[in-house]
Amino acid sequence: MSKTVLMKGNEALAEAAIIAGCRQYFAYPITPQNEIPAYMSRRMPEVGGTFLQAESELAAISMVLGAAAGGVRAMTSSSSPGMALKQEGISYIAGSELPCVLVNVMRGGPGLGAIAGAQGDYFQATRGGGNGDYRTIVLAPGSAQELADFTVDAFDLADQYRIPVLILADGYIGQMSEPVVLPEPTGKTFEKPWALTGAKGRSKNIIASLKLIPDNALEEHNLHLQEKYDLISENIRRIDTYHTDNAEWLIVAYGTAARIARKAVDRLRDEGVKAGLFRPLSLWPFPDRELHEIARNAGKVLTVEMSMGQLVEDVKLSVNGEVEVDLYGRAGGAVPALDDIIERINSYERENHTHVQAS
Amino acid sequence: MTEELIIAGFGGQGVLLTGRLLCVAAMRQGKHVSHIPSYGAEMRGGTANCSVVISDEEIASPVIERPSIVIALNGPSVAKFESRIRPGGLLIWNSSLVKMAPTRSDLVLIPLDATDLSLAEGTERGANMAAIGALLKLKPDLVPMDAVEAALDEVISARNRKHNPVNRRILHAGYEITEKINAA
Repeated sequence: MSKTVLMKGNEALAEAAIIAGCRQYFAYPITPQNEIPAYMSRRMPEVGGTFLQAESELAAISMVLGAAAGGVRAMTSSSSPGMALKQEGISYIAGSELPCVLVNVMRGGPGLGAIAGAQGDYFQATRGGGNGDYRTIVLAPGSAQELADFTVDAFDLADQYRIPVLILADGYIGQMSEPVVLPEPTGKTFEKPWALTGAKGRSKNIIASLKLIPDNALEEHNLHLQEKYDLISENIRRIDTYHTDNAEWLIVAYGTAARIARKAVDRLRDEGVKAGLFRPLSLWPFPDRELHEIARNAGKVLTVEMSMGQLVEDVKLSVNGEVEVDLYGRAGGAVPALDDIIERINSYERENHTHVQAS
Repeated sequence: MTEELIIAGFGGQGVLLTGRLLCVAAMRQGKHVSHIPSYGAEMRGGTANCSVVISDEEIASPVIERPSIVIALNGPSVAKFESRIRPGGLLIWNSSLVKMAPTRSDLVLIPLDATDLSLAEGTERGANMAAIGALLKLKPDLVPMDAVEAALDEVISARNRKHNPVNRRILHAGYEITEKINAA
């Protein structure tokens, strides 16, 4: 399977899920991720799996909960307003410590918004749109290739930590066709003694997010979850850096915004301006220490995002006031303009950042 | 080399396929490529279009504001995209169908009887092939003809592959007539 093929990001993701052993896929259609259910409706029967178009997003996420409780690899995908509807189920899955893969191919919001690509669900993804103290691992691909690679990885991470793993891609990443080399299966296997597989010959397993007895059961459960989240925060530190070693101006971006920022770094370097790019590949856990280490040597950090100031909050938390942080955000399907990024960095050079207050 | 192309026409003129064909051919030549269809409000009103980037460098955004090349297979596409082409850019327009000819003086304007060239081979659905032929003649560094011919067998579904000999003939007809337009 090492041949390079031209694939739409959404289809590369779908095939990667099958490569990873996903045989249960439940979804409700929404643009711009419809190629995923369309692909699955064709491929799942071929590989002996289940494609089920649910009657709603709530039903789809509940089916994922059920399938995951049965110990099989399950996935659902949607786009922004559809993901909003799934949040209750995601909280239940997190509380029940079930592994699954979720995909959000983001479109513009709020509300029904529009169908062009955007990154406005950063808060929804990283802060948890559902109730309670829970986390989901969030991976941020920047190409069709990464959509495929991260999806295979996501299933292993989900099983390893019994946690939902969210692939967060903007609509352009999902809609774009690019050269892709489909990944190989990792071959990792995970024992699931907790799964509901029929209790014949063993004591029964119970999967629930409701914890009533004893009185401190729910706090104990939360403490246990926090221990797990701490462990994940130690183990998952994923970044991609570009010309950051001697960067005087550091750009932070993910997804399509990062692709444009990378080009801006090239152009600025051609002009002799020392720009660099820090691209978080995991948005939760956010690679805060790594960003802090790199940003402290820069005069200023520019966050470029296809939202109006969401990623920038994690950037500010990471540098903790030590470095000035600026924001260039576009929304509603607009992509950051290459020239605008270049001009912004050039303006820092001109101003020599003497009168700019830390924001 | 970086070319940013928009290919536009009526639904059914093979606009998306044209983009994929160029991408696969260029990809097999080791180029970086991206292809993204237009969708949403843009799509309403009968024109479909796709954006294609072919480059020696990594591609930043697949979304094109100011294309260097536009292939316009129908009138609405000329109306929509002529003004967006970069100065010095190329507009190949389907003079078989387009009533209002493009007027900009800072572009290379190539009128191509694409639908007529296709009809000469007994189909009206090959106008896109004629346009690719013209493009290859005008932009020889973009991707070679033999790579596009090879890509036909990869991109066209098995069901429609039987039409590829016709596709190839229209491709060459577009190439050759553009040679004549250029010489004239």
